[in-house]
Amino acid sequence: MRAFVVAVFAFLYLPIALVVLFSFNAGHHASEFTGFSVQWYGKALSNPFLVEALKNSLFIATTSALLAAFCGTAAALGLQRVGARTRALFDALLGAAIVVPGVVIGISTLVALVQLFAVVNPFLASLWPTDQPPRLSLGYGSIIAAHGLFSMALVTMIVGTRLSSLDRNLVEASSDLYATPLTTFRSIVLPQIMPAVIAGFLLAFTFSFDDFIIAFFVAGAQTTLPIYVFASIRRGVTPEINAIATIVLCASVLLVLLAQWQLGRRKPSP
Amino acid sequence: MSETGYKPKPDNATGGLSSAGSQPAFPMRGSLFRKNLVTTLLLAPAALWLVVFLVLPFIAIAIFSVGERAPEGGYQAALTFAQYANLPARATAFWNTMVLAPIGALACLLVAYPVAYYLALRAPQRWRLILLAMIVIPFWTSLLMRTYAWMYILGGRGIPALLAYVGIEDLRLINTPGAVLLGIVYGYLPLMILPIYVSLERLDRRLLEASADLGATPLSTFLGVTLRLSLPGVMTGFSLVMILLLGEYLIPTLLGGGKVFFIGNALVDLFLQSRNWPFGSAIAITLVLVSVVVLIVANRISTRLSGARRVDLI
Repeated sequence: MRAFVVAVFAFLYLPIALVVLFSFNAGHHASEFTGFSVQWYGKALSNPFLVEALKNSLFIATTSALLAAFCGTAAALGLQRVGARTRALFDALLGAAIVVPGVVIGISTLVALVQLFAVVNPFLASLWPTDQPPRLSLGYGSIIAAHGLFSMALVTMIVGTRLSSLDRNLVEASSDLYATPLTTFRSIVLPQIMPAVIAGFLLAFTFSFDDFIIAFFVAGAQTTLPIYVFASIRRGVTPEINAIATIVLCASVLLVLLAQWQLGRRKPSP
Repeated sequence: MSETGYKPKPDNATGGLSSAGSQPAFPMRGSLFRKNLVTTLLLAPAALWLVVFLVLPFIAIAIFSVGERAPEGGYQAALTFAQYANLPARATAFWNTMVLAPIGALACLLVAYPVAYYLALRAPQRWRLILLAMIVIPFWTSLLMRTYAWMYILGGRGIPALLAYVGIEDLRLINTPGAVLLGIVYGYLPLMILPIYVSLERLDRRLLEASADLGATPLSTFLGVTLRLSLPGVMTGFSLVMILLLGEYLIPTLLGGGKVFFIGNALVDLFLQSRNWPFGSAIAITLVLVSVVVLIVANRISTRLSGARRVDLI
């Protein structure tokens, strides 16, 4: 059984290791390692399209994860204060936001936004005094919103789990000692849920940064890093992609480890 | 390591998502009005988000699915079930998905169970968390990049080129159903291992001892106790992987090379290329309905099993 488990771990990690190894390959081919070189990193980072896509992805991931962390935490706090029926409704919707396949989220958001824009844009144009009215279109905003949906549900879940294991005696003690609700929140609740909020943010960032399928539908004219990589892969495998993949994989692993570490922190010092 | 590092388990939806506990962690004194106002303000952004980007879009594709394709592509209002009647036009995509998704989930399960079992019951304590983290990490790293790795390995300059050295020529690995299946197992293994691990980890070890003390062989202890009690976790993992596979696009595209078409491929084609939005919407609605059926069946089985468990133990 141990041999089997070792084999499974090898199965999980060898392909990734191979991509990393060949990103340092001097030659072109996967079948032969012809020498150590970082030329593909140089090539990748001097490719303006790629750098643009990377910047877009970083911006989108940061914004959607921040929004998700705020709204998700607020929702987790709010859900503690409502009746069972409201909570069940929220739970069902949040569960749906996580479980519904990305491809469905992508197309339904696309359809709804295109219809919305078809109504809003002529309306804006009729109101606008000059000839160049603002036009809503797919782009940063739609990707951020669609990514944020999954991320917010994720943060709500992670923070909600932490809240339900919160030491309620401290909260009671605090209010018995005449702390205002806000003070209680700031000095008792917030420090205890902060690791969960940070972990939620990091996982939300990772999700958004890695997502391909949702962005593929709602990106409009924008390009994110996964969309760029997907398009280049379809054109043919080049070692340049190995270099990008290595950078992305390292970033993801780092973020997930950070999130794990935050979640593992049980109680911060008071 | 926390149990929240992966997607939630549908059979545990109430426990997983709700913040149980009768007392709020953020108590408010003061007027009822103020209390309600704060609650509303806390929930409003999330509620708005869910309505605008989940509920309304879903209603939109439901409406589109009974519409007609406009001559230049897109949507034209109508009330017809022609799109649904037309579903057999994409029978190949449905067939591929409906065959490869369960097979893929089953293959995942067969690989995942021993790993979860080892992690939960056999692994040395100090290694357990590290190994578990090593399962979680691939799950959160880009599926695109991980699938790409296999394109590289299975592609003409990967394994086939190596095998050519030892005389096996013209081996075709990529762009086959087998490659897609491999990609599925590789991509979704972590999602299958985690819920099974959680259910095995919660297992009361005394039951195993009791079973052995009562003269059961290791095999019958495994079948009657361990496997039985971990079935809810198995069902959770299986249904989650199944549902995500039903909407999979990247793996069949990159490893199936246009030869193995999934429903996801049909949807991308209909929405981004041929712009037949009503037909695409009908397919998407069907996909969601199938997912719901999978969830309900899995939930039913889980409930029945845990019900049976309770009777057995008394």
